[in-house]
Amino acid sequence: MVRRLKTGPIRVLIAKPGLDGHDRGAKVVARALRDAGMEVIYAGLRQTPEEVVRAALEEDVDLIGLSILSGAHMALFPKILKLLKAQKAGNIPVFAGGIIPDEDARRLKKQGIRAIFGPGTTLQEIVTTAQRLARGPA
Amino acid sequence: MTGSARTPPLARAILAGDRRALAQTITAIENGDTRVSATLRALYPHAGSAPVIGLTGPLGVGKSSLLSVLIGLLRERGKTVGVVAIDPSSPYTGGSVLGDRIRLERKANDDGVFFRSMASRGEAGGVAASTREVARLLAAAGYDVIFVETVGSGQVDVAIRGIATTSVVVLVPHLGDEVQTLKAGLFEIADVFCVNKADLPGADLAARDLSELVALGAARDGWAPVIVATSTTRPAGIEELWRAIEAHEQFLDQTGLRVAHERARLSAEITDRVKDRVGHEVAERLDHDVELRRLLDRVVARKIDPAGAAEELFRTRYATR
Ligand code: B12
Ligand SMILES: Nc1nc2c(ncn2[C@@H]2O[C@H](COP(=O)(O)OP(=O)(O)OP(=O)(O)O)[C@@H](O)[C@H]2O)c(=O)[nH]1
Ligand SMILES: [Mg+2]
Repeated sequence: MVRRLKTGPIRVLIAKPGLDGHDRGAKVVARALRDAGMEVIYAGLRQTPEEVVRAALEEDVDLIGLSILSGAHMALFPKILKLLKAQKAGNIPVFAGGIIPDEDARRLKKQGIRAIFGPGTTLQEIVTTAQRLARGPA
Repeated sequence: MTGSARTPPLARAILAGDRRALAQTITAIENGDTRVSATLRALYPHAGSAPVIGLTGPLGVGKSSLLSVLIGLLRERGKTVGVVAIDPSSPYTGGSVLGDRIRLERKANDDGVFFRSMASRGEAGGVAASTREVARLLAAAGYDVIFVETVGSGQVDVAIRGIATTSVVVLVPHLGDEVQTLKAGLFEIADVFCVNKADLPGADLAARDLSELVALGAARDGWAPVIVATSTTRPAGIEELWRAIEAHEQFLDQTGLRVAHERARLSAEITDRVKDRVGHEVAERLDHDVELRRLLDRVVARKIDPAGAAEELFRTRYATR
């Protein structure tokens, strides 16, 4: 409804859906995005897909980042994309990282996850991608 | 009123419970986006008398955890809740990690709660410049009780007094030295003291120390701060905490102080806004002022001092008397 002012900082939600307790990667990414001047809402561990979507809408984020190392991504990511669409928020870009096999990553990207990063990705690459996704045309 | 043709669509959407419209308007307020001015103007009369509860206190004392259990308690009683939780912005990059949401536990799909994280964006005093307006927007959107969690800087977040109807200062046992340093400001803002983490040893002692301090201080406007011990992990004392908050809210109504305080807060807000505008305008005008440049040359040459230059500029440009 309100077109965003380009002057405001980028707002990103970093969430860990599911029961996965590996939170190092999510925290590292959150800090890197903060250091790039973004406002990062870190929602913590064990979020249901519903909670992730609710947080994204209440916080009016420009970008959603999901982190999963437990292997549950094929169940959780599509569910989140579906819920976003149901809320007419399918335009909010979603990117992700963690332990996600290449074959799964290909399929998830087809479903609408915009970028997926595995272990060893440089933080610079993640920051650049976040900036592009958050500011680029949806 | 609600359906009036002159009410902007965005305002109508917010009054109708559109959460997305509310979230986007908050962003616009934060960004100083004047396109929502008409919306805010239309909503102002709807921001009635919802209690605004400030939660303040040092880093990590359990403000967000208390918020979560208080929300649970209020939802059980059928009250809806709007929250603004502030965390600091980095002074170097302007970025921020907003972590107050981590503690939030609520029933799935409960539209009775709206939780918004906010970066302080360089504002000192524990809240952001736009916090006041956002709290008011949440009230206009119809939430029964509004909570504001301040930054938790370790200093006393005094700015909360300009926003909250009731301010809760949260402390933990063994804050001995910290309480000493906070003392000056503490009693200026606390309507309720909450000694959280009462499951840890030393809570009784802390509460006793506090009550001695409270007894020493003069009651402000006839209200002596109430001290409550709580634990969010056990949990314990949460009902007592809410009762203390309610007691203060009732006190405000019974004494007529609610209106007096509201008036004082609004007066301060208007003054702040004018000061901001004037400050900007003056800075902009001085930027092109040849007189400033002339005086500056003399200051640089050590002919006059900066205070003298400012005095002269003020006299020639701004003094009305
Ligand atoms: C450290 C670790 C742990 C720690 C976790 C500590 C913590 N609080 O995070 C502990 C010891 C607790 C642990 C426990 C377990 N672990 Co473990 N753990 C690891 C290990 C060795 C490193 C993970 C890590 O922290 N890496 C450092 C961070 C910085 O990297 P990262 O998370 O990959 O993040 C990077 C990218 O992935 C990406 N990224 C990540 N998230 C996001 C999000 C976004 C939005 C973006 C853009 C990018 C992004 O960017 C980051 C920077 O490059 C991995 C193996 C590995 N090499 O990955 C196994 C691993 C993840 N664990 C595994 C397992 C099985 C477990 C356990 C179930 C049992 C066990 N075997 O110990 C438990 C379960 C814990 C739980 N409750 O969920 C498996 C998972 C298997 C799978 N997915 O099929 C792994 C892969 C080991 C293996 N090869 O078997 N583990
Ligand atoms: N033992 C105990 N720990 C608690 C209690 N309440 C909160 N904590 C813990 O204290 C830590 C900080 O809690 P938060 O609720 O995030 O505190 P906060 O004041 O909001 O923190 P900031 O917003 O960072 O200033 C967490 O690890 C909580 O689990 C309590 O009653 N007892
Ligand atoms: Mg907090």
